[in-house]
Amino acid sequence: MLELRDVQVVFDGFRALDGVDLTVPEGELRFLIGPNGAGKTTLIDVITGLTRPAAGSVRFGEHDLVGRKEHQIVRLGVGRTFQTSVVFEELTVLENIDLAASFRRPLWSLARRRRGVSEAVEEALARTGLEELAERSAGVLSHGQRQWLEIGMLLAQRPKLLLLDEPVAGMSGDERQRTGELLTRIADDHTVIVVEHDMEFLRRHASTVTVLHEGRVLVEGSVEQVSADPRVQEVYLGRKASDAVGNRP
Amino acid sequence: MIRMLRRNLPFATVAVIALVAAPLLLEPFRLGLLAKYLCYAIVALGIGLVWGKGGMLTLGQGVFFGLGGYSMAMYLKLTEAGGGLPDFMVWSGVEHLPALWVPFANPVFALVMAVLGPMLIAVILGTLVFRQRVRGAYFAILTQALAAAMVILLVGQQGLTGGTNGMTNFFELFGQDLAEDSTQRLLYLAVAVVLGALYLATRQLVNSRYGRLLVAVRDGEDRVRFLGYDPALVKTVTFALSAGMAGLAGALFVPVVGIISPALLGVVPSLELVVAVAVGGRHVLAGAVLGAVVMGYAKTAFSEQFADGWLYLQGALFILVMTLAPKGVIGVMGRLRRARTT
Repeated sequence: MLELRDVQVVFDGFRALDGVDLTVPEGELRFLIGPNGAGKTTLIDVITGLTRPAAGSVRFGEHDLVGRKEHQIVRLGVGRTFQTSVVFEELTVLENIDLAASFRRPLWSLARRRRGVSEAVEEALARTGLEELAERSAGVLSHGQRQWLEIGMLLAQRPKLLLLDEPVAGMSGDERQRTGELLTRIADDHTVIVVEHDMEFLRRHASTVTVLHEGRVLVEGSVEQVSADPRVQEVYLGRKASDAVGNRP
Repeated sequence: MIRMLRRNLPFATVAVIALVAAPLLLEPFRLGLLAKYLCYAIVALGIGLVWGKGGMLTLGQGVFFGLGGYSMAMYLKLTEAGGGLPDFMVWSGVEHLPALWVPFANPVFALVMAVLGPMLIAVILGTLVFRQRVRGAYFAILTQALAAAMVILLVGQQGLTGGTNGMTNFFELFGQDLAEDSTQRLLYLAVAVVLGALYLATRQLVNSRYGRLLVAVRDGEDRVRFLGYDPALVKTVTFALSAGMAGLAGALFVPVVGIISPALLGVVPSLELVVAVAVGGRHVLAGAVLGAVVMGYAKTAFSEQFADGWLYLQGALFILVMTLAPKGVIGVMGRLRRARTT
């Protein structure tokens, strides 16, 4: 479904991505890990049109994504969240999700007043567990709830591919657990790529992992394979092999 | 039903005062002044939409107001001249009616141009500027430069526009004598009805999904892009709507006040309207309208007493509002009402 070939991104002479190949088949929940500066977020930026690669191709289904505008890529069915969640604080939770869900309507039809709640919005509220908060202004939500709202906004758009950039950063243990379960459920009927730092989270919820290092794909495989790989232990975990992905006490 | 009535009660009250009480109670001169303020209020409504809701600080609404005003003035001048040349052209030594002027002999064309002309300019400017992601202060400065350029253009084309003096001496509109009180009263009613209708339409728009989208673009343009919307399009459309309103206001202003000149649409009048919207309360449409009327009255009343003091008072008011009551008069009123009920 998503296929990146030899993608290169250069920022002022610095190679943020240095020939990345990545294939994510339909229906997969893929985790993207790597030390700081490995190029994880840059990769997401390339897929979603925020950053233009210097070379390489990004294919999504039969579409070439390179050179398309951000909103056009969203319209092809690629949704993303950001590390720092941005929700519209002056609007209610419901209005946030409804706005996300309405993106395929022509502009003039938006001028009519909203009546009722559409199926896609109901579903997004239910899946993210935000029904009770629907009429609250998004400005009063906790950090965790904001992230769920962002994911809910994505779901309401019924994308084919979801890109989540550190969805559990800054969350409490309880919230992490809920987010993990939410991701697993979403992955049942979506293709999902998650950028994550949190090892514990990875071990619990990941199946396939791609490790990036210095702008290249280092290893790809199951959590066990990846965490057993000596190269990963060296570059990603440094000398502290005891902290390695799979074998914490 | 009752909720709808209660929701619309303030609007209905104001409408009755404006349409019934004011024409009965005010002497013709005062009614004429009110008509002028209501014209400004139409521009202010557009500013409330584009700035208050959309976050685009436009300092050049005078340009659109002027385009509307000049369209109407050209029509009035041509009916005046009755097939000949308008008076100021004769004085400037123009011998043939310029081609630009010819279609404006038709009142429908003039009125349509008064609205579509400004919208077209706004669409062109918006497309160029918003696509390049120019925003904030840069956009404000750009619109202000446009206002300054417009004045230079108008002043420079003496034979085409009447130069610094602009155009005046209008005697009739659609066959009605403009000097008659009855005509002026009708004009006042027309302005009030247009303002009321535009207010309701704009309020509807703001409460729709489009209004939510506009607020979203204001608060997180980049995020909106990743929701699959094109913020540049949303901004351009909104800017064009506000320009159309300003144009219509200009077209109404000319027969009401009897003059249009560069001094009425340059940088200073454009700024004054933005100040009025800020004072009234830019986050609420009613605040923008209220601000324009209140500041209009204040300007007249104050200038009648102290000729030069107004500028200082206006500046002081602006600073006061910005520091003490950023939500303007409407915000203060809301706070007082809440304080009373709790």
